[in-house]
Parts: sequence; C-alpha cells; structure tokens
Amino acid sequence: MNFTDQDFEAKVLKSELPVLVDFFAEWCGPCKMMAPVIEELAEELQDKIKVGKMNIDDNPATAGKYGVMSIPTLILFKKGEVVKTLIGFRSKEEILKEILN
Amino acid sequence: MYDTIIIGTGPAGLTASIYASRYKLANLVIGKIPGGTIVYAHKVENYPGLPGIAGAELGQKMMGQAKGLGAEILAENVTEVRKDQEVFNIKTESGKEFQARSLIAALGTERRKLGVPGEKEYLGRGVSYCVTCDGPFFRNKTVVLVGGSNAACSGAVHLSEYIGKLYLVYRKDELRGDPIWIEEIKENPKIEVIYKTNVTEILGDGAKVTGVKLDVSHDGTTDLETDGVFIEIGGVPASSFLAPLGIELDENGYVKVDEEMRTNIAGLFAAGDFTTKGLILQQTITACGQGAIAASSAFKYLKSK
Repeated sequence: MNFTDQDFEAKVLKSELPVLVDFFAEWCGPCKMMAPVIEELAEELQDKIKVGKMNIDDNPATAGKYGVMSIPTLILFKKGEVVKTLIGFRSKEEILKEILN
Repeated sequence: MYDTIIIGTGPAGLTASIYASRYKLANLVIGKIPGGTIVYAHKVENYPGLPGIAGAELGQKMMGQAKGLGAEILAENVTEVRKDQEVFNIKTESGKEFQARSLIAALGTERRKLGVPGEKEYLGRGVSYCVTCDGPFFRNKTVVLVGGSNAACSGAVHLSEYIGKLYLVYRKDELRGDPIWIEEIKENPKIEVIYKTNVTEILGDGAKVTGVKLDVSHDGTTDLETDGVFIEIGGVPASSFLAPLGIELDENGYVKVDEEMRTNIAGLFAAGDFTTKGLILQQTITACGQGAIAASSAFKYLKSK
C-alpha cells in the first residue's frame, strides 16, 4: 500500500484502524532493506493495523509536516494522531514489539 | 540440527554461507540487517569486479546468491548462544531456538556514539549516523561531520552534493581516509576541515539541532551553528553477547581468531569486522575472504568429527 500527500488524510488520518507509515526514498539503502520487512508486516497485521509506504521525494508535504528528517522512519497513527515514531532500520520483531504495546 | 549456523547477514556471514552451501553443509543464517554494514555505503568503488556499485545493491546481490544456493535466512537478532557438549544452542529475539554442530559468528560492528549531551535527544532530528540515508534532508543547509576515516571522508564528499556548507571536525591533525578522498575534500569549496577538535555537545531548540559546542575555538568561538550532525567515528564490535561462552576477546572487544578464523572455542569460528583479523583492514573484500575461510574451517572441523 502506498500513500501520497493527496490521499494521506483520507487513508491514514481518517482510518478506523491504526496505520503504520514507512517513510522512504529510492536513494536510501537501508530503506530498500526495510521493504521486505514492511511487506511481511502488512501481511501479518492485515486486520489489526494498516501498513503502507510513503516516498518522501514524491510527497514532501507530509514528510515535512511530521518532521521526518531521517529515513527510514516509521510512524504509527491512531485516529489521526502520532502514537509512535521509530527511526532507523529495525527488524520485524523489533517493530512488532514496539507497535503492539 | 544444522551443520552450521551463521550469525550475521553481512558480507562475511553471507560469503560463509555461500561456501558452506557448496560444501553441502546445511546452514541457517541469522542477522538483522540484510547485507550488513555495507548497505549504508552510498557507492563502493573498491570492490573488485563491481566498481561504483551502490552498497545496498552489493548487499542485495550477496543475499540473493546465498539464498539461491539453499541457505535459510532469518532476519532477526540473536539474543543467546550456549554450547552444550558438542552442540550450539541459539535463541532469537522472537523466542525461536535452533541447534547446530558448528557456529560462524560474523556480527560486525555497531556505530560508535560520540557520547555527548544532545546526541540521543536529537537522533533523527539532526543527528545521524548514516550519510546516505539522511544527507538529502540537508539540501543547501550547514552540517557538521565528525570523523576522519574513509567512511567520514567519503561521506563528506557525498554530502557535499547536497549541503550548503560542511565542517569536517576531526580530533587528529591529519585526515586518514584514502588519499583520493582527501584530495577531493581539500579541493571542495563547500568543505572546511577543522583539525584537533572535538564536539562536546549537540545543541538544539527542542525540535531539532541548531548547533554544536567545540572544545577548541574556531573563528573566535566554541559554538558552531549547524542544522545537522553526522557522526562517522567508526564501529564497536558487537561481541558482548558471546561473552557467556568464554570467548577470547582483545581489550577492545574484538573476537580473537587465528589464521583459519578459529576462536578459542571448538566449533566456533568468526569472520569480518568484529574479529581481530578484520582490524587489519575493515573492508567488504576482507570480510568476504574471512567468511570463506571460516566456512572452510567449519567444514574441516565437521569432517574430523
């Protein structure tokens, strides 16, 4: 799942389920390494948490609004609010531990 | 029961896996970062046969090759290692447990921290250990890069593509990266090198970094305004969790190995940046060489049983 500046409000802020957003860019090596982790998380968390990616080069407005100054950055949104921010590469287990608390 | 479990999915671990698979050793490779530390390098110019390849791509190719030869790869942290008689027992962060007749440890290093106030508080908000990840956020801004090694020098050159001004702050009186990088730095008008100086504090406005404090005056003041601080002062060997095994480490925590990558523990081999052998030259190519030798030694060890 991919998010854009245009659909961020509808798909993320107004979502019933919590949403985990992975902010990435094409030129960032560790972000590429995160991609398969994000896909696995999306599968595993299907009905509990929505998981998607956001390319910060194509969508600078949202990244700027949430002060993303380092990638990869994962932000967990619940009812439109930021509840958790994870900066840097993490393993799937590390992410699960942080967001399922 | 595996013939060998390899802890670490960087160049050393993945090469060990490639060789182990071809020795027909059933192997499991466990490591958090697919591709290892090389993934953080923007461009690798010195890996034979693949000039100018992106670090992430090089890591990915090695992962692909290891997988293609039949290795099982698990992207997790190993939390515990035990040896019971001749069997090694491994536990991962998710609670999974595995057993193997031999072990190859290739955990590399973790980024060394400066250990100054403000460093933790502003991580990801101006403080970074990854030039390739975060450089572009500082387009036309001012940054400080702490360090003087190859990683620091090549990082400075790469950063100069984006930033307005870069201060390269190093504690020694001479940069020690490859001469080819040092030349580029000296000729780059955006980079100013500050020698024999340390950053003692990272300052911010609560939301992000605004400057650093130096221990030596620069241009009449010890305060330097900056939007970002990149820290490239080397690595710390990730060897502490092997301590319960009674593994021999040198005084800085690097795993002692002999010419055949053997540690003081029978059946436990080590390769790469976190070994004393790796210290001679911490590069992808040497890590790969050591990984291959470690696998070969594991094979010989298993055959002798």
